[in-house]
Amino acid sequence: MAVKRIVLYFPQKLIDKPIIYHLVKDYALVTNILRANVEPDEAGRMVIEISGTPSGISKGIKFLKKQKIEIEYLAREISVDVKSCVDCGACTAVCPQDALDIGEPDWRLKFDKNKCILCGLCVPACPVGAIKIKV
Amino acid sequence: MKQIRSYAEINEKIKNGRAVVLTAEEFIKLSKKEGLKSAAKKVDIVTTATFGPMCSSGIILNFGHSDPPIKMQSVWLNDVPTHAGLAAVDIYLGATEISTTKGMEYGGAHVIEDLIRRNKVTLKAVAYGTDCYPRKDIKTKFTLDSINQAIMLNPRNAYQNYSVAVNSSNRTLYTYMGVLLPNLGNATYCNASQLSPMIKDPLYRTIGVGTRIFFGGAVGYVAWEGTQHNPTNERDPNTKIPYTPSGTLCLIGDLKNMSTDFIRAALFHKYGTTLYVGVGIPIPVLDEDMARHLAVTDDKIFATIIDYSVPKRAKPKLGRVSYAELRSGYIEIEGKKVPTAPLSSYAKAREISSILKKWIESGKFPITQPLERLSLESTFKPLDVME
Repeated sequence: MAVKRIVLYFPQKLIDKPIIYHLVKDYALVTNILRANVEPDEAGRMVIEISGTPSGISKGIKFLKKQKIEIEYLAREISVDVKSCVDCGACTAVCPQDALDIGEPDWRLKFDKNKCILCGLCVPACPVGAIKIKV
Repeated sequence: MKQIRSYAEINEKIKNGRAVVLTAEEFIKLSKKEGLKSAAKKVDIVTTATFGPMCSSGIILNFGHSDPPIKMQSVWLNDVPTHAGLAAVDIYLGATEISTTKGMEYGGAHVIEDLIRRNKVTLKAVAYGTDCYPRKDIKTKFTLDSINQAIMLNPRNAYQNYSVAVNSSNRTLYTYMGVLLPNLGNATYCNASQLSPMIKDPLYRTIGVGTRIFFGGAVGYVAWEGTQHNPTNERDPNTKIPYTPSGTLCLIGDLKNMSTDFIRAALFHKYGTTLYVGVGIPIPVLDEDMARHLAVTDDKIFATIIDYSVPKRAKPKLGRVSYAELRSGYIEIEGKKVPTAPLSSYAKAREISSILKKWIESGKFPITQPLERLSLESTFKPLDVME
């Protein structure tokens, strides 16, 4: 099993096409939609996690490209500078996935990368500038 | 109430290295285990602390005189304006002042942090020139060690309790209480609760003018009551702790001895800059009454939920919750489960209470009886627009 996180940019004419369905059915990929902004009159953006066999993933991505969907691999990640962090917890107020969490027993900030969907809300929410998006 | 020990007796014990000092959390544990009477008998001092964003903070600096000398009229530090309407080379720099070139990204708080880090700071000043101070402008660099006094003087710190902030509107709000998500999407709170100095001495019996404290990593003092000191708010009948922001302290200390572990510049997105300040205050266990206050736990300390979406002075109150509920991660408002997030660092408050405990145990930090008590009667006046 391999896992990849990718961003898909849909051109406007593809918005009503069941793209994700084909990924599941034709390439046996498990898809997890992390974020989706699709408006009827605009291009769409979707962040998805796909898991499956390495060949399934590469074939699925080939299929997406053939549909003229632009693909960006998520090599970015949120990084928390623990030396700079004051463990206030302000970032946990905006994290939609509980990837950033603070509480008992030690009240130190905990960051679970696997839950993070890279929404970036925590970056400006950190009062001391300890959270950055790393490319 | 029968006195168990006096300030003089406690200080004698501190001097001899025999004083029994516990942090507020340790004292809570002990009094749960052995009962209040026994805990009060055993423990001489309880250390309390808080580490949170405190906007009403700033520093007084004296630069020394240049040659020829200048009576600085307007002064900028790293492009952040300061107040120079004092003697020739004295200024006050406030934490929330923002840069004329970088805007909110860099403010007075950041200059303060840069100074503590011993970074070079650019000083720019202009003047109209006088016979005794002929110079009209100056641009130079300095560090914290190259100037004379650097006094942190914070008009309002260590708030006794604070509101819980929520947002019932349909748009995100950017406030000094952090990012408030729409439709009661989250709730932020900002208090060290059972570790907090003014919560543990709710009637200001031992914290007063002249109290020696831990201030930003250095020794500091309570200079006066803080601005907006508001002791007459409704209090819990049992604990005497107010339900809303009440007492405040004006604190003073030497910036040169402070540490960036306990003083940090902060930027609240789309609100502005502020300063994280660490404060620790020792509270003597003078009698059982004092011990009772010191043993109060988070489930008995309450804060008021305020809807920040109403842009008026009097914002709607949506109820009252305990800090135990707030610290559980969720509270309930109007039947809705709302996630909570702190803004003040409980971990840092804990660390400060432990450091202060060590300072006292080392014999070098005698405690002080207030030279003057803080008011329990004053009220907080609004500013109404006069014709």
